[in-house]
Amino acid sequence: MSAVQRGILQRSTVDAVRLVTVREIQARLRSKAFVVSAVILLVMVVAGIVVAGIVGKSTANATTPVAVVSGVTLPSSDGLDVTRTSDRAAAEQLVRDGEVDAAIVPDGGQLGFRVVGLDSAPTDVVQALSVSPEVDLLDPGALPPGLVSLVGIAFGVVFFASAVTFGQSIAQSVVEEKSTRVVEILMAAIPARALLAGKVIGNSVMALGQIVAIAVAAAVALAVTGQDNLFTLLGPSALWFVGFFAVGFVLIAALFAASAALVSRQEDVGSVTTPVMMLLMIPYFLIVFAADDPTILGIMSYVPFSAPIGMPVRIFLGTAEWWEPLLSLVVVAASALVVVLLGARVYENALLRTGGRVKLAEAIRG
Amino acid sequence: MLSIEGVTKHFGERQVLDDVGFTVGRGRLTGFVGGNGAGKTTTMRIMLGVLDADSGTVAIDGVPIGPADRRRFGYMPEERGLYPKMPVAEQVTYLARLHGVDRRTATTRTTELLERLELGAHATDPVEKLSLGNQQRVQVAAALAHRPEVLVLDEPFSGLDPMAVDTVLGVLRETAADGVPVLFSSHQLDVVERLCDDVVVIAGGRIRAAGPQDELRRNAGPAAWEILVADDVAWLRDEPGVTIRAFDGGYALFEADESVAQTVLQRAVARGGVASFGARVPRLSEVFTEVVR
Repeated sequence: MSAVQRGILQRSTVDAVRLVTVREIQARLRSKAFVVSAVILLVMVVAGIVVAGIVGKSTANATTPVAVVSGVTLPSSDGLDVTRTSDRAAAEQLVRDGEVDAAIVPDGGQLGFRVVGLDSAPTDVVQALSVSPEVDLLDPGALPPGLVSLVGIAFGVVFFASAVTFGQSIAQSVVEEKSTRVVEILMAAIPARALLAGKVIGNSVMALGQIVAIAVAAAVALAVTGQDNLFTLLGPSALWFVGFFAVGFVLIAALFAASAALVSRQEDVGSVTTPVMMLLMIPYFLIVFAADDPTILGIMSYVPFSAPIGMPVRIFLGTAEWWEPLLSLVVVAASALVVVLLGARVYENALLRTGGRVKLAEAIRG
Repeated sequence: MLSIEGVTKHFGERQVLDDVGFTVGRGRLTGFVGGNGAGKTTTMRIMLGVLDADSGTVAIDGVPIGPADRRRFGYMPEERGLYPKMPVAEQVTYLARLHGVDRRTATTRTTELLERLELGAHATDPVEKLSLGNQQRVQVAAALAHRPEVLVLDEPFSGLDPMAVDTVLGVLRETAADGVPVLFSSHQLDVVERLCDDVVVIAGGRIRAAGPQDELRRNAGPAAWEILVADDVAWLRDEPGVTIRAFDGGYALFEADESVAQTVLQRAVARGGVASFGARVPRLSEVFTEVVR
């Protein structure tokens, strides 16, 4: 091949990849099922944050209404919504009417007042009036453990949902071209690798777009509901998550495309992509059940499939050195490259074999 | 001129093509005939670069072609295929653009071609909503929208209704008339006989015959003649150098060389009542049966 020919071929391959990419994105956007599920995922994330914000705020600012007879001095009125009354009878009447939860009336005892409830001891009021000693912790945990596993699960769910959604859509689009036989026309026009590249890029762009949209919506929702501290806490790990997802999804996309190329009918997509789904489910379950085990989390943060979840969680926990995410990202990128090259080979060799299921070994050998 | 030379191909242990070579001239419709499994589709796929040959070359005007040249081919595979949910015009434009045509040109040509193929009314319909015959026409449009410099069609007429056959045929003739080498395969020998300037016959992965159709037919087997006279031609049996192949009252089909045939004609004229006399050119199907034997 002459240099000129090679030049033409390279330029036309780039054009072909771009055309395929755009078509993939259009086909995805044209699918109502896709648009609806994307919107639902987005709404769920925002709704979760908003509900968490409202619940958090209402417990923090909750006050208990009490009636206090004039002349009684309270040590502190924090958490109490005080209504002054002239005498004990008026205060008790307010309790009976349900206007207040308790009445605080004068008493000759040590405190100088007592609490009157309706049918049970009003613990909120008792607690508000109690004096508790100061407590010092020698080894304070940086973050509440509940929050850590929640963040882990959130990353896990978003990663799993997006990877499966877009991985499956790649698989379906590969098999659609095989089952409708349009693939032969495509292969006569452009190299199989350009077709694969366009599919992987198109779906990666869509997947990444969804992840970024979720991240932005989550950030806005956190800011609007006044949970800025959580936002600051989550920011760096969320950014790394997006970065890891971008690279990690290319690997997953290549796996889905290569597996799907082995079959020719939509009915067979499920069975042929099961191994890939299993691979994706392992990190998801690990993060749910083993997020508090530093060893498992450490391993997860370097294994290509689980690094997009494992490393951001470690960054969130503050247990990762500054160079660790970079190293892990290099590991993920390198394995993505290997998988893409191998996947492209399988894809290229299996694409024109219709009929039965192509054996993986045969597809690799060519 | 498109030429293919010394192409061999194995699928595993099985050899499917053995030293395949022939040419497709510019401006000529070339028919590619052979039984099922003879190697037609494999040969065409190799020409299109969809499949790699074990050895051999495909060349245009003597220059071996690479992937960049193949984008200027038009191809209609035997296994038809389009995106079912993609609208007709958008799909044809997309495929033209994959062949390197810019957006505006692709759009204009698509509109023209859809009109020409009587699909104008369906331009915005998804392909799956069209009748099968119309889907076939879209397939033809997909092979032509980028104005290919070489056109290769695998069984273009199978599945077409008679009206569609005429439309498609018209388009193919126009394309050939523009100087494009057109190769199409078919197992319908009568169609090939009616349409093709040149014929290539393949059997068992080997080319058995190739060349202009009339030449192939004329040279197939011993010269044969037909005669029709008013009365009986039984006297023909006693003529030296004549072998009768068919006989029915005043009609006879016989083999003889040129000079013997002339003698027969003179005798017949002398006897009177000659209605017709002529050389009988074998049907393509006869040529086919003979060369693949």
